[in-house]
Amino acid sequence: MATIIIDCKTYEVPLGKNVLETCLNLGFDVPYFCWHPGLGSVGACRQCAVKVFKDADDKKGRLVMSCMEPVVHNQHLAVHDADTIDFRKQVIEWLMTNHPHDCAVCDEGGSCHLQDMTVMTGHHERRFTFNKRTYKNQDLGPFLNHEMNRCIQCYRCVRFYKDYAGGKDLDAYASKNNVYFGRAEDGVLENEFSGNLAEICPTGVFTDKTLKEHYTRKWDLTMSPSICQHCSVGCNTIAGERYGALRMIHNRFHEKINGYFLCDRGRFGYEFVNAENRIKQPSINGDVVERTELETRLEKIMKSAKVIGIGSPRASLQSNFALKTLVGEDNFYHGVSDHEHDLAELAVRILKDGPVRTPSTKEIEKSDAIFVLGEDLTNTAPIVALAVRQAVRQDLSGEPEKIHIQGWQDAARKNLQQQRKMPLYSATIHETKLDDICTSANYATPEDIARLGFAVAHCVDHNSPAPEHFPEALQVRARSIANGLLAAKNPTIISGAGCASSAVMKAAANVAIALHKNGIVVGLTYTMLECNSMGLTMIGGHRLSAAFNAVINGHADTLILLENDLFRHGSFAEVGDFLARCKNVIVLDHTKSDSTDRASVVIPAGTFAESDGIIVNNEGRAQRFFQVYESTESIQESWRWIINIGKTLQHPKLQTWQNFEDISKAMASEEPMLQNIDEVNPAVDFRIVGQRIPREPHRFSGRTSMHAHIQVSEQKPPTDDDSPLSYTMEGTRIQPPSAMIPFYWSPGWNSVQSVAKYQHEVGGSLKDGDSGIRLLEANAASSLVYFQGIPEAFVPLEHHLWIVPTYHIFGSEEMSAKSASIQKRIPTPYLLISAVDANIYHLKEQDIIKVSIANISYSFPIKINRNIPVGMAALPYGLCDAPINALPEWGIVETSPLTELHDYVRKTKVQH
Amino acid sequence: MSETKTIQFSEETMATVQRLIKRYPEGRQKSALLPLLHIAQAEFDGWLSPAVMDYVAVILSIKPIEVYEVASFYTMYNLNPVGKCLIEVCQTGPCWSRGSDDIVEHFEKKLGIKVGETTSDGQFTLKTVECLGSCGTAPMLQCGGDFYENLTNDKVDTLIEKLRANGQRSTYMKDNRVM
Ligand code: SF4
Ligand code: SF4
Ligand code: FES
Ligand code: FES
Repeated sequence: MATIIIDCKTYEVPLGKNVLETCLNLGFDVPYFCWHPGLGSVGACRQCAVKVFKDADDKKGRLVMSCMEPVVHNQHLAVHDADTIDFRKQVIEWLMTNHPHDCAVCDEGGSCHLQDMTVMTGHHERRFTFNKRTYKNQDLGPFLNHEMNRCIQCYRCVRFYKDYAGGKDLDAYASKNNVYFGRAEDGVLENEFSGNLAEICPTGVFTDKTLKEHYTRKWDLTMSPSICQHCSVGCNTIAGERYGALRMIHNRFHEKINGYFLCDRGRFGYEFVNAENRIKQPSINGDVVERTELETRLEKIMKSAKVIGIGSPRASLQSNFALKTLVGEDNFYHGVSDHEHDLAELAVRILKDGPVRTPSTKEIEKSDAIFVLGEDLTNTAPIVALAVRQAVRQDLSGEPEKIHIQGWQDAARKNLQQQRKMPLYSATIHETKLDDICTSANYATPEDIARLGFAVAHCVDHNSPAPEHFPEALQVRARSIANGLLAAKNPTIISGAGCASSAVMKAAANVAIALHKNGIVVGLTYTMLECNSMGLTMIGGHRLSAAFNAVINGHADTLILLENDLFRHGSFAEVGDFLARCKNVIVLDHTKSDSTDRASVVIPAGTFAESDGIIVNNEGRAQRFFQVYESTESIQESWRWIINIGKTLQHPKLQTWQNFEDISKAMASEEPMLQNIDEVNPAVDFRIVGQRIPREPHRFSGRTSMHAHIQVSEQKPPTDDDSPLSYTMEGTRIQPPSAMIPFYWSPGWNSVQSVAKYQHEVGGSLKDGDSGIRLLEANAASSLVYFQGIPEAFVPLEHHLWIVPTYHIFGSEEMSAKSASIQKRIPTPYLLISAVDANIYHLKEQDIIKVSIANISYSFPIKINRNIPVGMAALPYGLCDAPINALPEWGIVETSPLTELHDYVRKTKVQH
Repeated sequence: MSETKTIQFSEETMATVQRLIKRYPEGRQKSALLPLLHIAQAEFDGWLSPAVMDYVAVILSIKPIEVYEVASFYTMYNLNPVGKCLIEVCQTGPCWSRGSDDIVEHFEKKLGIKVGETTSDGQFTLKTVECLGSCGTAPMLQCGGDFYENLTNDKVDTLIEKLRANGQRSTYMKDNRVM
């Protein structure tokens, strides 16, 4: 700790921080632009000046940039003396000389850091009378607007985009008064985290283009704390609504998961909520019906039928549990392909029974070595990929400390670090976006990835089984990976369901267990395919194939399908046949799909925005998302529909449930793996000084008139029986618990930067700590032994391709793929094959290859890839009609090969 | 201008380029970017077209955008075509107090162009720049690697004649001074 004196008052503060952070932590409003808690300091904008004095007698002092000045013991500082105030006013005045002063038409207005800082510094009069420089803006694709005239040259955008996120197509050009931030030419910003520019840029240069489509000022939004539903990471989001449409997704700070950032799938995937193909009315055999008619029909069906229920990995725990309760444990099926279920179950078993802890995303950021097996993280768990990048960017050499460079001194650190990085080893089926920072990137089939993993585990601990006939060259590589991991103090092993191989996941477990046995504090992460894959696995349920059999054998004739397009989890023929055999197919979903098309009864479920629920992320962290707005009367949470059905049937349990809390309590007492699930958030009657937490800022406008076209007098706002949040601006202004922060705001801080006011220390934990409950902890007394069953090395098969799934951040996830902006980024379907195979079949890029998978013929345009193993092909998940759930599978190539070349290549290959 | 000819360093220049690149450790070829841009500018008509910058990017195995970023930062790289002689008149304080404005005006009158423009015969481009470190001999200008000092209108007239007669392209590369 250090004693410092600011404006003649003494404070005890921690050492190791800069003066800016320290002042902000103490509650001083020091204006700043270029500094960001996630990016550190570079001293580019000159806005954060304070005075430092030599000692108590020094009356003159000197101006310094507080973000560049380390805190030292006995430091005398002035924040509010006349010189500094004047200097800061001048700085903002010059930063504003070229600014167009167009707040009224700027999307940033009302949540703009530049506005806040201008007001804070007291610059209110424009003296600059000359022409302003103007720029041409670029078309940056479907996600972001570009309005360069508003730029104040803080350099945050390029520092985030290039340094932090590894982007290659955004840069700063020219100098002096003409600095330009953009791409080399118009075109889509390629980086998967580009949307963060809308929050990182303190001005209105980069703003959310999807929000512009239905623009609303921040203060006019009804907002709720939500959880991203577009992958298994479970990033925290703020979702905002007006006039019954979801308008934007912002980052919600979670110190253990996403910090300050979201990926573009998570930020822009929300538009499916407003899409044309939403189900808004109940229907029976395709005809829209009234609610009463629906209820009568459901009652009739349910009373006479033998009903089974199929759950969903994208529905909340509450909805899955309600369905399980309605149909009974014996009749509840989990709703994913057997293979996918086995992978999720394996992950849960390893993390629950095994000795190795699964780290949070932020812990991954601190790992000092990482080994990725089989996962293309940028496309399956984007924020984990971003965390891996930060881990690699660390400089743990001790050099910075030697010359007293601190973590936040970004430019100096980078300069000293040069090419030095933390080791990242990866083994994937083809190249990934993390290859640019890999120590070694290996490309292999899932079988060979698993073998490499097993070999590494064996090198770490000889009790772990070794693959047989393992080539020497690969052995050398395995040894070097093992040595790298053994040299680390807290390495992380990452794998997942991505390459659809339990062997890969087991190999990852063996590596982690072996390191653990060596006394190393190792972490093991498995990424899953859907937002609640883990939760669904914890609730359990019978296999999907058993559901099919139940209907075939006549044990059941009616199906209730929960938020699930079964065609994504089974072959078209099989699922089609199954649905056709059911006498009644009742589907609860929010969006039309092939399954709802075949349903006899369709019930309009709420999306995450219209629902309360809990989902469990890949870390095993259960997190609550809150309803953003009450939708029309006919749309409600699946679990609420199911409770209603239960009531009409006088179901003994369901009829006693009234609200979210009742279900959660029942779940806690009945589900062995979800014992404290009801503690995920405070009780429904939680109040702060007797008040609810408002979803709307106090400046919310139009309340008395916005529904005047329906009814002139103001309507009573809905009450929330499921949470302590209110649907209005009334309520407490005191900071709510972390899980329930609907938006960030503080007097004078209207922009996203106001999150600092909700943190203990700027950039650190929220005042109430992190949210969510971890359901999976390592088992110290684990009896989990090393996995055996190492697969044989992959051998290509003549006339065949071993087809495995590959993923796209835009397109592979079901719901975000229905968002208009995301759709513009979805690639056309293709089959990825090696150059050798392309030669064998005499194909050029984009030529059509015919492959039969499970006896059905498919045609795909091919993409040729240098690194994908020969004899293997990758099919993008969710992009094609092909039965992706059946992969990996041999495809019989129906395109005829070029015989001679074919023989030649096969022969040489076998020799190797 | 250079769009019509193939962009390719002469063998001799390429040897120099390779020598420069070898100064830096493996994987850090980008360090040679500044001298390479000067060489490219000298070789390809005194300016860096996007095609020339892309060519340099290929030689250094970096992305074109990395070249644009650097080239656009420095005033001594021309991103638009320039005349054979690029006249850069210093306009910073000391030169200004010794009459640089008049010198500029005289150039404008004599050449019939404004600052930033090129004569229609492609012979001269007029540009103003900041202090060139020769304040003791103010007012002064630079044309390629040469300084012309203690300027007067008469000296300017002579200079224009001399440069026109010479007919050569000005270049900072004189005596390889940028390397
Ligand atoms: S575009 Fe925004 S983030 Fe980038 S330098 Fe300008 S103001 Fe800063
Ligand atoms: S990483 Fe996953 S959870 Fe996070 S924002 Fe992206 S899609 Fe959503
Ligand atoms: S915040 Fe300190 S100089 Fe920009
Ligand atoms: S001011 Fe002209 S050379 Fe210095």
